[in-house]
Amino acid sequence: MDEMFKPSRRAFLRGSAAAAAGTVAGAASAAGPDPLITELQDWASGLGVGVDETPYGLPIEFESDVVRRNVEWLTASPISSINFTPIHALEGTITPQGCAFERHHSGAIELRKEDYRLMINGLVDTPLVFTYADLERFPRENHVYFCECAANTGMEWAGAQLNGVQFTHGMIHNMEYTGVPLRALLNEAGLNAAGDLKDKWVYVEGADASSNGRSIPMEKALDDVLVAFKANGEALRMEHGYPARLVVPGWEGNMWVKWIRRIEVTDAAVESREETSKYTDVYEDGTARKWTWVMDAKSVITSPSPQMPITHGQGPLVISGLAWSGHGQITRVDVSKDGGITWQTARLGKQGDTKALTRFYLDTVWDGAPMLLQARAMDETGYVQPTKEQLRAARGENSVYHNNCIQTWYVNAEGVAENVEVS
Amino acid sequence: MSKSLNFLLPGLGGAGLACGLAVASMYHNSGEARIALLEERLAQVEGHETSARKLAKEEAARATSLEAKVQEVQAAAAERIATGVNLTAPAPVPDGTLGIGRVAQAEEIAAWDVDVLPDGRGLPQGTGNAFDGEEIFADRCASCHGDFAEGVDNWPVLAGGFDTLGDKDPVKTVGSYWPHLSTVYDYVYRSMPFGEAGTLTPDETYAIVAYILYSNDLIDDEFELTHENLGAFEMHNKDGFIVDDRIAREHSAWRAAPCMENCKEETRVTMRSVFLVGTPPEGGTESVMNTATAEGLPSFTAEGPSFIPAAAPKAEEDAQAAPAPEEDQAADEGTQLAAAGEKVFRKCKACHEVGAGAKNKSGPQLNGLLGRTMGAVDGFAYSKAFQAAFEEGRIWDEDALAAFLAKPKGFMKGTKMLFSGLRKEADVTAITEYLKTATE
Repeated sequence: MDEMFKPSRRAFLRGSAAAAAGTVAGAASAAGPDPLITELQDWASGLGVGVDETPYGLPIEFESDVVRRNVEWLTASPISSINFTPIHALEGTITPQGCAFERHHSGAIELRKEDYRLMINGLVDTPLVFTYADLERFPRENHVYFCECAANTGMEWAGAQLNGVQFTHGMIHNMEYTGVPLRALLNEAGLNAAGDLKDKWVYVEGADASSNGRSIPMEKALDDVLVAFKANGEALRMEHGYPARLVVPGWEGNMWVKWIRRIEVTDAAVESREETSKYTDVYEDGTARKWTWVMDAKSVITSPSPQMPITHGQGPLVISGLAWSGHGQITRVDVSKDGGITWQTARLGKQGDTKALTRFYLDTVWDGAPMLLQARAMDETGYVQPTKEQLRAARGENSVYHNNCIQTWYVNAEGVAENVEVS
Repeated sequence: MSKSLNFLLPGLGGAGLACGLAVASMYHNSGEARIALLEERLAQVEGHETSARKLAKEEAARATSLEAKVQEVQAAAAERIATGVNLTAPAPVPDGTLGIGRVAQAEEIAAWDVDVLPDGRGLPQGTGNAFDGEEIFADRCASCHGDFAEGVDNWPVLAGGFDTLGDKDPVKTVGSYWPHLSTVYDYVYRSMPFGEAGTLTPDETYAIVAYILYSNDLIDDEFELTHENLGAFEMHNKDGFIVDDRIAREHSAWRAAPCMENCKEETRVTMRSVFLVGTPPEGGTESVMNTATAEGLPSFTAEGPSFIPAAAPKAEEDAQAAPAPEEDQAADEGTQLAAAGEKVFRKCKACHEVGAGAKNKSGPQLNGLLGRTMGAVDGFAYSKAFQAAFEEGRIWDEDALAAFLAKPKGFMKGTKMLFSGLRKEADVTAITEYLKTATE
């Protein structure tokens, strides 16, 4: 008892955490019995909703805040804009399609399967046109891959900006795709006409007004690129390119052309608007890097985070986060609670697939003291996720793309988290 | 053998006793006969025993072979699990073709294959200059990009920005940043104007591209841009790009065994989030500037935080716990409709402001719209169509607004408004009600 009143830090912590946890503790250990248990509840007595009430099920109303959201002032119009996946409230690794972020350059279009055509032309033996039904006749594969916008975390080049992991890191989703390897389609058209494939490209474009054309080197096109028509087992959503989109594993989301309508084999990069004026990285001296396709290893703590404060007071705490690398598998994630002075190796939920999200956990005990939470990912190439300081030293702050910095959340004694930068 | 005999003996004994009582006078002879019988019996029993043993042996052999078979199957299954790749395989690519799809026709390829390479390959025949381009640009492009390609609101700036690429916020325009002129033609011809892509002729496109160059002081207004000279045109930033070298410059450096302990002596918060982002239940976000500073936050060492800041006073929980007021049954239907309309209006907010202090953006402000003359807002550059409607004195009434909102370009051919229209009648009604509430 006496010890409790010693003016030690520990005693202070106990006191403040207890105050913060007041309501929760109250409900769990109130003097009287819990009426939710002792009294007959409506749901335990009356009847629930019948089958077919919602032919296609939606999340229960209590989860209605777990939605993708945009930040209006970031772009000129919602038609050419971006929104963010609520990664703070998701667990595991698969992103449900309905809350997976959207990025359109001229709006999401409604394109029926019956109206869908895919053309392969250019340096091929026979230029071909496929219907949607044709695509389903090619041998197909299933793979889980992350799709990350090159501008994810882009605001952070200028310092801690938006307060929420949904907004700093939410331009990412991770789905199981079903699709036809691009190499199978190219094989069908024949690549003899292309000659030496080493310096050849495929130019891919969508059926929407923006067309979002991008050039992809042939080596990647023949490697793991898919023309996908299903995600997480069901048809792609309109906003993700129904009825077919390109999946370019590990590479920036802009290349994952939606509503893909044409694949042209060329002898040079087209240098389209999306690969010159956009999605190029300006450095300190004003020169820019182009063809920065791969998304480097990255991780972030999703809970606690600004939208996911600690509400249970001190005691057992699950620190949960996501890690990914465009170069392959995540092999390790470390977590720091003191802003990068001390690190602990986290537990991986399961060994992640290559170029897919991996969930990590640090199962810890919170003593109620403030924390500076950080995560640091390593991938199978041995690459270690850099700090903001390292990135800025290497590239300056002029870019908006490819920011894979270590992110910091300041968690105060009440469990409230905020996006901060540290020395 | 003895075991099976002992088992049979009590039976034989019983039979012998019965025999003895019945034929006592024939003791000697019958004794011999009995021995013979017993011997015969014994031979039979021995025969049974042998066959039983043989059977047992066979059964045992069968069990052994079955066991071996089970082991074989289990081993095969284990092997299959261990070397699963044998059964999971990538989609096969055949040696020849599968015969799926059909040959693309020349007209089809011509319709879709309009991309232009940096050297100008792919350009259609045509010509245009900035003098002609100025008018086309004003008509088709200026509502977003500004009369001088300077950009309206957040829409892209196309001119200027020279010598800003080394700044923290570089102004990346066609003039300052784009390395190839082919890209401008390629993009404008295929994807512009925003909302009317694919409607420009090659000559119009050459003229627009020429006007953009002119706005950047890269040509004079008489310069004829054609399919023959476009590919050779040298842009200001043509040498400004290098190919991705992250592997050589960064990956080689960022692969040291990461530090785990005492990685720095002390660390402190140097910057707090600039924007606090609210997440209202109806969706979207509401950002407000964060006024908090890093002062007063603890620094950290390996020992932990330097101090524990006092907890902020808790917000009155009663306020939150108070039951939500019963919905006013008598709430005016119009108010509810207007509230629904405010939500629908989010589709319009990128271009239109409404309410106190509303200003013109890329669309005119909408205060007091109903009853207003069309094309009447001061300081807004209306399309020719709305200028004509103004001259005619046409008025925004509910019917006109409903028709316009349902299909803007159908109602007012030539409007600059890019929005394609509200599909639901209920949305039109709601938004009309909402706009009625915005009178100043």
